[in-house]
Amino acid sequence: MAATLSQQLTALRRTRVWRSVFRGGNGTSNLDRALAVQQNLFLHLSSVKVRKRSLAFRVTWFLGTLCMGALMILVATGIPLMLYYHPSVPQAYADMKDLQSVVSAGVFLRNLHRWSAHAMVLLVFAHMFKVFYRGAYRPPREFNWVVGVILLIVTLLLSYTGYLLPWDQLAFWAITVGSNLLSSVPVIGPKVRFLMLGGNTVNANALLRFYVLHCVILPLTAATFVAVHFWRIRKDGGIYPGKDHKHA
Amino acid sequence: MSENEDAITKETIPDGNTRRDAFVKIGVGSLCVACSGAAVFGYDFLSPNVLYEPSPVANAGKIGKFPPDSVTQDAQSGIYIVHAAEGIYAMSAVCTHLGCLTAWKPELGIIACPCHGSKFGRDGVKLEGPAPRPLEWLKASISDEGDLLVDRSAPLSEKQFVRT
Repeated sequence: MAATLSQQLTALRRTRVWRSVFRGGNGTSNLDRALAVQQNLFLHLSSVKVRKRSLAFRVTWFLGTLCMGALMILVATGIPLMLYYHPSVPQAYADMKDLQSVVSAGVFLRNLHRWSAHAMVLLVFAHMFKVFYRGAYRPPREFNWVVGVILLIVTLLLSYTGYLLPWDQLAFWAITVGSNLLSSVPVIGPKVRFLMLGGNTVNANALLRFYVLHCVILPLTAATFVAVHFWRIRKDGGIYPGKDHKHA
Repeated sequence: MSENEDAITKETIPDGNTRRDAFVKIGVGSLCVACSGAAVFGYDFLSPNVLYEPSPVANAGKIGKFPPDSVTQDAQSGIYIVHAAEGIYAMSAVCTHLGCLTAWKPELGIIACPCHGSKFGRDGVKLEGPAPRPLEWLKASISDEGDLLVDRSAPLSEKQFVRT
């Protein structure tokens, strides 16, 4: 007689290979389940146990999770897009057009990347407002609010740097306008603009710098602060339960 | 008990600091020196020394090709050549608001910016915002070959015409 799926999974967890990969939590007791989270590099950022009511939709509207979901879609679609994209003038524009019309599933990946980027900016703002209006930024969670502000800025910079990469008219003039806004900052503005663009005009250097920022520097920064953000949720006592549950 | 033990665990050096304090100071000090060095190095590295950008002096072509009472736009170099009653002058086509390229509208007789709707007269005077200043007049000269040269890096503080 065939074993049930859960029995097969239990058997799998008892195999030597499984136990060599996952150091703890191979059984089905509560302790084992807790260890499965606590002993895992990725899962240990999160809490071992959460209150049932903090998982209710109305508490968070799942906005933080949705932001993370958008970020994962952006990484998963962005990396394949890099394989067909040369950050050079004028090849970048031709590559973007090729992604739309020549590359199999290219238009799907590109549009998914673009819409997820728009969605992520929206979700990050919504998440911020939700946290603000619930008062979830208050101590001991005030530092995680600061981390959140850093992540908001990184998100906006990712959105801005990605905007140049299609190298079309919209991209060119948007970055021209944006970088001229920057140069109206007193004293350091023009110098920062020069360093950002790698020149006086939006040109090949600017495209390459924005590409490196968009694909390497900013994603690594985001990943670092996302890890701190998640870890601090656990360290600060889990998701804010609301003012009616002070000691929960 | 402490005098003897103190001598062992906290070996004092002349100015009263412990040896550990001294090493921490040396360590932090050298770290600061290394960080400032890295900052200077990084700033220098990120500033390009050679730019492959077009020359600021644009050649607008033979001086004779601009008919009287005309506005000629060269979108490639971002300049206007205007032949007015007083003579020929050159203006930057770059909007003084946020750097978009403006366009000459012959049917309206004005210069308009597509980005945020600024409008200018054919002499660059601001007709409508959000641009804060009129369009820049540029230094123009005639080369030995009879070409009109416009220096886009040299905005003029007062109007200057090239006589034909």
